[in-house]
Amino acid sequence: MSALDLSSLSARQVRDGVAAGDFSARELADASYARIQALDADVHAFLQLTPALAYEAADRIDAARVAGEELPPLAGVPAGIKDNMNLIGTRTTCASRMLESYESVYDCTAVRRLLDAGALPIGKLNMDEFAFGSSTENSAFGPTRNPWSLDCVPGGSSGGSAASVAAGMVSISLGSDTGGSIRQPAALTGTVGLKPTYGRVSRYGVVAFGSSLDQIGPFGKTVDDAALALEAIAGEDPYDATSAAATVEPYAAVLDGDVRGLRVGLVTDILEVEGCAAEVRQSVLDAAKMFAALGADVAEVTLPSAKHGLAAYYVIGPAEASSNLARFDGIRYGHRVDDAADVIDLYSRSRTEGFGPETIRRIMLGTYALSAGYYDAYYGQAQKARTLIIQDFRKAFEQFDVLLTPTTPEPAFRFGEKSDPYTMYLNDFYTIPVNLAGNCAISVPSGLCSESGMPLGLQIIGDHFAETTVLRAAAAYEKALGFDTTPPLVRGRV
Amino acid sequence: MAITEADVRHVAMLARLALTDQQVGSLTAELGSLLGHIDELRKLDLDGVEPTAHPLAMTNRMREDVVVHGLAREEALRNAPDTDGAAFVVPAITGGGDVS
Repeated sequence: MSALDLSSLSARQVRDGVAAGDFSARELADASYARIQALDADVHAFLQLTPALAYEAADRIDAARVAGEELPPLAGVPAGIKDNMNLIGTRTTCASRMLESYESVYDCTAVRRLLDAGALPIGKLNMDEFAFGSSTENSAFGPTRNPWSLDCVPGGSSGGSAASVAAGMVSISLGSDTGGSIRQPAALTGTVGLKPTYGRVSRYGVVAFGSSLDQIGPFGKTVDDAALALEAIAGEDPYDATSAAATVEPYAAVLDGDVRGLRVGLVTDILEVEGCAAEVRQSVLDAAKMFAALGADVAEVTLPSAKHGLAAYYVIGPAEASSNLARFDGIRYGHRVDDAADVIDLYSRSRTEGFGPETIRRIMLGTYALSAGYYDAYYGQAQKARTLIIQDFRKAFEQFDVLLTPTTPEPAFRFGEKSDPYTMYLNDFYTIPVNLAGNCAISVPSGLCSESGMPLGLQIIGDHFAETTVLRAAAAYEKALGFDTTPPLVRGRV
Repeated sequence: MAITEADVRHVAMLARLALTDQQVGSLTAELGSLLGHIDELRKLDLDGVEPTAHPLAMTNRMREDVVVHGLAREEALRNAPDTDGAAFVVPAITGGGDVS
């Protein structure tokens, strides 16, 4: 077994170490697979390991170093990829029976950029089926467990992406976030998760869920690592017409911990929502005090329409999903029944056999909301409510640079605890409005729950394309708090 | 607006899902409950509010009219459950049996 302990190294330390010759990219791949071997039978973060791809990438980095070439910014950094992103040489299953044997025939732009930046593709990560869920319990291949307590969910839908980073199996990972699917699992696993502004990262090659909401983003153990990964994957892409032309900034270069004069808004009205644990509320109030102590100008702000975000999202998200998932028809790819009477029978039974219960629920809800007679009452109203939420944010960002809320109303819950769909959906109460408005936001660890010992997360929201500001605030908070992101499962194990 | 089993069967047909009676029963209850929560939207006074289709102001994006290669045929067919080597194979859509 390798002596390298990935959980004690940041992605930056990994790449600096490779550049300095302290260790080889091959040793890093070894360390990553050794950790997976040791822990993943319990955690189940990975659906697929890709050592052939990882070692090929590692050998390229090591050869480049020996040849004295300049190394790319993530050279040798072990990385995991959510299994809804395409990469040639891998299966892309979306944790669904529907795509169990689907082999990628092209590369997702964000994944391609991460690998071009020198990251090692260690494997594909577990998720809720088609990203529908907040716990990974909807994976057709079994849930991921939280490295902080194997009895608890890691959050979702990017639960594998979060758990693999928390357990030190990889240094960074990619997830996707439609209503909180990066930030919520980051909060529940004590990791940093960033949802970029809509359009900041190309969506080409990520299997679509809600096309007006989806964004790919990074997980890391530190804010700096998330910034490094964002820098690698962000930017315009000719294959995604909604990708933004806005300049990619050197996100990691400005994390100097200085937030003096930063205008920080503490969002007070949604803090009082039912179901928000007292300790979660307190941690946000403490964060506001900490920002004030660091020299930021902190004041209270409200987002009066944000409370309607959940209802609007559970119309718009399923409506877009039901349209996007129409492509799974058993003809061109995916599961197909072999005894169909006719083509309609083939479509209908292939779909019903291939999709899990939550996927069917979302398709049904979305199709209903878009169907004749209900369109105006649900979809039309939801799109108008979305306008009000956008206006709330716009007004708030006239006065503030960043806004603070909890990431989730409570820390990680136990498996099976939220069997009622709506109770599960409530987990994304704070994250959903950000997707509806297209803003960027990060979740940073904000402490541990005194009862359960599980991590809590602070959500820092920024204006459109204000990733630099959000990362700067998050880095300052991270430094001031000094949270140890190593879960008990990992401590003392190499 | 209470959702009925007949509604659920209609929506399943629209969505091309072949639900069992048991699935129809449980989905009627679950969708009914979810719609109850979503109902707050219908009670909001949103007269005169413009609906949002996209979070950012976006306009049409033009690109150069340059030919680029798409997926090769064998790649496009690679994941298909049934092909004849050149095309996807589907059950007969119109009656009349073999047309070859």
